[in-house]
Amino acid sequence: MARIDTETASQIVKDHKSKPELLVQILQTIVTRFGWVPPETVRQLAEELNLSRADVHGVVEYYHDFRTKEPGKHIVKICQAEACQAMGSRQLTDHAQKTLAMSMHDTENNITLEPVYCLGNCACSPAVMIDGKTYGRVDKSRFNALLNNLRGDK
Amino acid sequence: MARTKIYVPRETAAVSVGANEVALAIAQVAKKNGVDIELIRNGSWGATWLEPLLEVEVDGTRIAYGSVSAADIASMFDADLLSGGKHERRLGPTDEIPYLMNQDRWTFWRCGRINPLSIEDFELHQGFKALKKAFVDGTEAVLEAVAKSGLRGRGGAGFPTGIKWRTVANAKADQKYIACNADEGDSGTFSDRMLMEGDPLGLVESMAIAGFAVGASKGYIYLRSEYPLAHSILSRAIETARDAGWLGKNIKDSGFDFDIELHLGAGSYVCGEETAMLESLEGKKGIVRFKPPLPALEGLFGKPTVVNNVISLASVANIINLGGECYAGMGIDRSKGTLAFQLAGNIKRGGLVEKSFGVTLRELVEDWGGGTASGRPVKAVQVGGPLGAYIPADQLDIPMDYEAFVDIGAMIGHGGIVVFDDTTDMAQLARFAMEFCAIESCGKCTPCRIGSTRGVEVIDKLIEGVDREQNHELLVDLCDTMEGASLCAMGGMTPYPVRSVLKYFAEDFASSGKK
Repeated sequence: MARIDTETASQIVKDHKSKPELLVQILQTIVTRFGWVPPETVRQLAEELNLSRADVHGVVEYYHDFRTKEPGKHIVKICQAEACQAMGSRQLTDHAQKTLAMSMHDTENNITLEPVYCLGNCACSPAVMIDGKTYGRVDKSRFNALLNNLRGDK
Repeated sequence: MARTKIYVPRETAAVSVGANEVALAIAQVAKKNGVDIELIRNGSWGATWLEPLLEVEVDGTRIAYGSVSAADIASMFDADLLSGGKHERRLGPTDEIPYLMNQDRWTFWRCGRINPLSIEDFELHQGFKALKKAFVDGTEAVLEAVAKSGLRGRGGAGFPTGIKWRTVANAKADQKYIACNADEGDSGTFSDRMLMEGDPLGLVESMAIAGFAVGASKGYIYLRSEYPLAHSILSRAIETARDAGWLGKNIKDSGFDFDIELHLGAGSYVCGEETAMLESLEGKKGIVRFKPPLPALEGLFGKPTVVNNVISLASVANIINLGGECYAGMGIDRSKGTLAFQLAGNIKRGGLVEKSFGVTLRELVEDWGGGTASGRPVKAVQVGGPLGAYIPADQLDIPMDYEAFVDIGAMIGHGGIVVFDDTTDMAQLARFAMEFCAIESCGKCTPCRIGSTRGVEVIDKLIEGVDREQNHELLVDLCDTMEGASLCAMGGMTPYPVRSVLKYFAEDFASSGKK
């Protein structure tokens, strides 16, 4: 994914009327578009929102969504919560880690693998989210098929 | 000639198993066959096991076809789909699907039925009728109706909504807020999402009623980021309502101003706790606040705030339309009205069942749910999300009732019901409860922050068989400390699932991981 530039970051802050109470929304907008929050953006947001750098850093560190490392082009999240566990998400997670030859939170070959705790698709478990789209009833073969779609688009 | 209406849900679960591809195939085949149809993307009826569920309207009756895939569409058109023709996917009239027929649809009655983004369709189905009635009857009548209904907070805590609203109404302040908690983080729950995707204007209307009743001119919805489709539908619904004059200044010349701002969460489970949610709405870390002061008196930005779950709010419109007594007439004892139960996990017929309190857990799991998806015996059922107890298969006759659940050390919570079959390693689930708490703890109080990590370690020792008796005692003691000394339900209730495993499935600690 690209790295956010200072002009775009400024524009996003302005779109949120430079309100410090919208910090979580500003960061969410940045992460949705760019995947992560680089350290210089933390400094910039602090300055433009008139917050301390520690305040912004604290918020970035607190929420799972706000990555501080650049992710791959594709983000694959596998639900780890109970309903999905009941339908084999632990085995699916093992399968994914083996197939992709990586662990949770790692990025390899432009794919970032992450855990997620409930996608609200618990009647179609196990559930997976790929690039913001939720997939249900994902067994190993469906997972492989979804992965193949990504590999065709690196 | 009127075009034939075909309904295909645009709802996360349906879309997750191919509803968009089905809709696309319908459009393509209809075009190829030269037939003019109206494709409506409705919400889901909640029979999730039948998704994608396609419906065609024939002479005013909707005929359902279940588990449809894009590959079926051509053959369905060949089988005269537009007249409700015979096909292996055909289920018959939607109204006659037993799963849906035997429910008490109070809050979800429009869900699946209407086009969620059409104000006209919404108004044809009693939309904004309750808000108009509220304007005529006045704030006191609304507060009275909600109090009489016996409605309790559907987010999990079960606090009487009427008392909360009255407290905020009585508070003196220049600004008050309605904060809708749509941070539905509990595993096994999806009713908030289904409502927001299937009847978003219903939520908008009920929030406006709440604002009118307590004197709040601004509402916030705190929606979890894991629900991108709900976000898209809800933001469009809010805009639509604003454009039609149902949000904004002086709504329909009532003199009442109300608008809604939609905020996204950022993947923190504890932000479903009301004070952590308020912190997050203020742009800060989602760290739990001390109570008192109650949010009803000092909530968002220090102002009196009604914090209600999506379902609590959405239940209000019909309470105004039909009267509080009518709602209170359903349910049992102090659990009045209905709850949208969500059947999830290893279950044959998963989905949403809105039913009056008093229905038993067994009826939900067996009659609606049809038992496990794997066909194996049920081992345990977790009710109420990750902080809920695991109930063993021989105790399923318990009625769904807040107090009955408290009596057995369990909770109904947000109504999520997750089924596990007999291959489940319960010791690993006990460990997961502690692990999840360690991952999601906001870190403010020690029992939760440290206790959860120590809990994982002690459970690992139990599984390994190290000093089993001492570690068992230590775990029980740790659970007591966490329950008694944590600031909120995160640390305070993580012991519930752990204790239930110790109580009912203790043998799993010895056998864990050694098949």
